[in-house]
Formats: sequence, C-alpha cells, structure tokens
Amino acid sequence: MERIPILRMGPFLLITIQVDMHDKLAMQLQDDVTERISDWGSSGVLIDISSLEIVDSFIGRMLANIAAMSRVLGAETVVVGMQPAVAITLVELGMSLPGVRTALNVESGMELLNASFGRSQIGTMHDSSEA
Amino acid sequence: MSKLGEIISRNEERIRADWINDMGKSIQRADLISKVELEEQTRSLLSAIAKGASSDQSDDITGPQWNAARELLQDISSSRARQGFTPSETATFVLSLKQPLFMVIRQELSKNQEEMFAVVWTATQLLDKLALLTTESYTATREELISRQQQELLELSTPVVKLWDGILALPIIGTLDSARTQVVMEELLQTVVATNSKFAIIDITGVPTVDTLVAQHLLKTITAARLMGAECIISGVRPQIAQTIVHLGINLEDVITKAKLSDAFALALHRSGRGVVRLAPGAAQGSGGSSTRRDD
Repeated sequence: MERIPILRMGPFLLITIQVDMHDKLAMQLQDDVTERISDWGSSGVLIDISSLEIVDSFIGRMLANIAAMSRVLGAETVVVGMQPAVAITLVELGMSLPGVRTALNVESGMELLNASFGRSQIGTMHDSSEA
Repeated sequence: MSKLGEIISRNEERIRADWINDMGKSIQRADLISKVELEEQTRSLLSAIAKGASSDQSDDITGPQWNAARELLQDISSSRARQGFTPSETATFVLSLKQPLFMVIRQELSKNQEEMFAVVWTATQLLDKLALLTTESYTATREELISRQQQELLELSTPVVKLWDGILALPIIGTLDSARTQVVMEELLQTVVATNSKFAIIDITGVPTVDTLVAQHLLKTITAARLMGAECIISGVRPQIAQTIVHLGINLEDVITKAKLSDAFALALHRSGRGVVRLAPGAAQGSGGSSTRRDD
C-alpha cells in the first residue's frame, strides 16, 4: 500500500508530502506518525507540504489533528512550505490551524524546532542565514 | 417590406447629405471627430442599413441580415464612448437620420398615404431599435472602461515593498473590500515566498475606516501569512481607529499591532535578531562625502 515516508532526524521526524493527499493516505499518515513518535520518542515533527497544491477541509483537519496528537505525545509540530494558494484556500475554508506552528521552509522550520528544544546540533545549515 | 430598403438605396446620397447637415446643427463635434471620418461612418452605416432594410426580415435587427449594420454601429458607438461623446450625442447620431429619411419617404410615396404610413412606421421602429443598440454598446464600452480602471487601481494600490532582508511592508491605501483583500493577500503571499520573508508589516495608515468587515479581511490575510510561516504586524493604527476597534468588539489580541510603521519595523528587526545603532560622531561625518573628509 502507498505510504508517505517518515524520516528520522535525531529527535525529530521529517515528513515530506509530495503526492496529492487522499483520505486513506491521510489516515495512514496519522497512524504512522503517532506510532513513530511513541516508538522513537521524538520531540518534534516537521511536515513539509511545499509540493502540496490541492488542499481540502479534510487535509486541513488532518494537519491540525496530527499536531494535536503529537502534542499529546509530547512532540511539537511545524508545518513548512505552504503554498500561497493553499494558505488562501485554508483561510477561506475557515481553518486557521491554531495549534500548528509554521515556517517558510524546512531550514527555518528546523531552526524553530531546535530553538524550542535548545538544541543546535541538528540542522547544520541553520547558522548560515543568521550570519 | 423591402420598400424601405429600396427607397434608401435609391436616395442614399441625398439622405446622407441631409443627415450630416442635420447632425451639424445639433451634435457635430468638430473637436472630437473629423469631417472625413464622419462622412465615412455615415456612408458605411447607411449602406449597411439599406442592405438590412431590403432583406426579408427588415424589422428584426437581431437577424443575420443586419449583422453588418449592427457591428458597424457597435464599433462607432464604442469608439465614440472612448472619444468622450455624451450618451445623448451618440444616440442622436442615429436618431438624426429620422428626419432626412422621412422626408425622402414622403416624397417617394406622396400618392399613397397608406403605404407611406406603413413605411414610416417601419422606419421609425427600425431607427429606434438601432438607437437603443447604440446606447447599449456605448454603455457596455463605458462599463468595460470602468472595470479596467478598477482593476488597474487594484493593482496599483497594493505595493509590497521590502524594508530589509526578511521584512516586508504592505501599505494599504483605501478601504479594504473583499476583492481588494484577495489581491492584497495573493500579492503579499507571493512576495513572502519569493523573498523568503519572516515578517510582514501591514500598514493601515491609509485605510479611512476599520469596521468589522475590514478587520475580518485583515485577519484573513494575517492568518494566511501565518500558515505560510510569516508573522504579520499591523501598524498605522490611528487613535480613532483604535477606539472603533474596541467599541466594535473586534478581537485583535492574537495580532501584534503598533501605532507607527517605525515601531513595527523596530520590532521586526528585533525579532530577527537585528538592531539599529547610532554611529559614533566621527563615523557619521565620514559618510558625508569625500570633499568634507580632510582629517582622516
């Protein structure tokens, strides 16, 4: 069965959504993420949706749900790289994803996670932008 | 029915001369249209009308026989709308054809009263329809002009400027309605992506009033920017607007608001780990130009 890969980067999970999400895939992702967090004891989840061009209320809720579930399991979620059209669609749908933190790209998302956990060994590129 | 067409074709030159003469009295605008152009327009329109009137369905100007006349008339009236003719001047262009046409009909059919009346009636109906068509296309052209200007205004009035690396400013001038919000939002989000900016300052100094609707539009824009990972700061809140916001019970608690653009800029700089420092007196003079630098 088709799955969205979940990569482990130290204490964080990196999820890149590169295919159009359908409902079954979204449910599977929810299962997998919660599973991994508890298996690996991850403290942060980074979801890159820069390739996602179509979004509906279900996918929006899935993102909010993953964030909420991760928080329950003690991990923080950052959604990065949202396309302008996707952001506008979500706002028009009335979904502002209040519990989700956001960043412009993976790099700044990693910085955000590192900052909130006081770590700096992950994400080797994070110094270049602040120089 | 083709009697009318016959009469027009036979007397085309005379009708045209009278028509131009007639127009001359009321609406000839030498400042807007040249004599030659007017002659050309009347000639082609009259022959198109003659062609239409001599067809089988001479009273139905939506029919294919009238295509040429319709197109010509639409062209003429839209060009007049652009040239700055008034609606009545444009309509009179067609309506002033009535008198010369009726004169000719009277002369041609003076022996048969019944027929004359029938032909006059057809002619007047026809010209009224053509005049209505003229007015309609005049209005359509005007509306097209207005909507194009509106669009241009929309694009002009939403500049997104870069203040610093990673800091954008969006000065909004004029009232935010939903159409403008859409443009503003798209423009801002595109620029956020293109410049990789973490902060966007929305300056509402130029917004005359902030009601619940405007606030809702602002919040939408801010939420969309936040979803993409950029933080928005509202600046340029005037005292009256601050009062209105509180009186209306608009909740802006999740949004950072500042009174001035400079305050917002300072905050954005601070948040991105930068600051502005005053240079030492000597260093400041050094930038004044090479001619003043003598002691170093």
